Amino acid sequence: MSMLHQPPLLILGIETSCDDTAAAVLHGNRILANVVSSQDEIHSPYGGVVPELASRHHLRDIVPVIDQALKTAGVKLTHLDGVAVTKGPGLVGSLLVGVSMAKALAAAANLPLIGVNHLEGHLLAAQIEHEVAFPFLCLLVSGGHTSLYVARGRGEYELLGATRDDAAGEAFDKGAKMLGLGYPGGRVIDQLARTGDPTAVRFPRAHVKTGQYDFSFSGIKTALRQFLHTQGASAYRVEDVAASYQEAIIDMLLERLLLAVRHLHIRRVVVSGGVSANSRLRWRLRAAGEELGLEVYMPSLKLCTDNAAMIAFAGAWRLACGQRSSWDLGAFATLRL
Amino acid sequence: MIRKLRSRSPEETKAWGRRLAPLLFPGAVIGLEGELGAGKTCFVQGLAAGFGLDEREITSPTFTLVAEHYRGRMPLYHIDLYRLEGGEITELGLEEYFGGRGVSVIEWFRFLPPGTVSEYLLITFSFLGPEARELTLSARGVAYARVVEALGTEGSWQDE
Repeated sequence: MSMLHQPPLLILGIETSCDDTAAAVLHGNRILANVVSSQDEIHSPYGGVVPELASRHHLRDIVPVIDQALKTAGVKLTHLDGVAVTKGPGLVGSLLVGVSMAKALAAAANLPLIGVNHLEGHLLAAQIEHEVAFPFLCLLVSGGHTSLYVARGRGEYELLGATRDDAAGEAFDKGAKMLGLGYPGGRVIDQLARTGDPTAVRFPRAHVKTGQYDFSFSGIKTALRQFLHTQGASAYRVEDVAASYQEAIIDMLLERLLLAVRHLHIRRVVVSGGVSANSRLRWRLRAAGEELGLEVYMPSLKLCTDNAAMIAFAGAWRLACGQRSSWDLGAFATLRL
Repeated sequence: MIRKLRSRSPEETKAWGRRLAPLLFPGAVIGLEGELGAGKTCFVQGLAAGFGLDEREITSPTFTLVAEHYRGRMPLYHIDLYRLEGGEITELGLEEYFGGRGVSVIEWFRFLPPGTVSEYLLITFSFLGPEARELTLSARGVAYARVVEALGTEGSWQDE
């Protein structure tokens, strides 16, 4: 540690923006605890996230999850240097559970409080495990998000483009559904595609008129529908269709990312979010990285999906430079970086 | 009351959404039906533009189920029940959105538990071709019949 660095802070992070109740304790870059109480069990009969259930179960889970995080980390509330909490974007009812809890804990233990943008958490997650210097490009791909950012420094983020309709993860899920495959679609397509020919069917790669870095996945959804209606289902192997569909989605993601690499002359690339678990995407990224001499970083999966460690991490630097949220910190359904 | 509109392109589908927006009132519920890729989200983008929102704010809320937009003329609650297929939903807690200050637009309306709302405007999107769609508007309740009346059919493309 250089003299310029402050001693690492001990931060409690809280995240309740969607279906997972999460709490983490971070000491600098060291994850002392990272607890995610996935509500999958509760939601599985619905196949998704049910908002009222979500906020109700956040209420039920928030105290045990925070207790568990503190216990695993072996720290008491009074040891902490601050509390970081997701303030948005997400469902307001769900976010408020985390925000209210964070405020109560911070007030009770007389700790500084900081509200964190969930997207900043994802953006910086790779820096927990790797030394990723600025500037870098970050492709955030999940069931709910598909966006491309450039991070020039802490707090200096620029949104280059985002999906205009479906998220990439959603395109996988809905494609799997049209092909009569199971859930979660992303994983099923990934598996099938391994023995399929990605050049068997040529699905269109959409370009978006409004922004060269924007994504659109509704066209490929419609193209798959047309394909299945016009071709006899038996004319093609489902593995080949899955591989071709997956390839089109990955092509669209990589095309924008590599366009940004060329235009902005940034050779450091981070891919975050649940879809970064896709094996073909990881393979294509590594190949592109080797071919073009890029530094490619992919956080481990527990830091890719929603988690509170990334919230603690993004909150820590803000607290270190003296930023504080006031006691009237609210929750924000839509929030841009 | 039932009325059919036609759209030749995603742009025209959006335009119908934009035209509908100023006719809506606080508490209005709009149901959307149609297969994947039929143009439901596209229509909501037009509706949002008509509310004075940046239509780029509107993406599919399938993952989060609800996206709340507060920056327009009225709050817009964009709800997507796609993931609820096959589930037995008795209490969703969505009632808070209905009959309030904002407009609720609900994709995959049929997955809403029966009896949740009694009056609404249902718009069904069907494929006429790769780009062309037919929008079938059916109003439940006098207030929604008036909306459909006011929207008219002018500009709806017809076969020669």
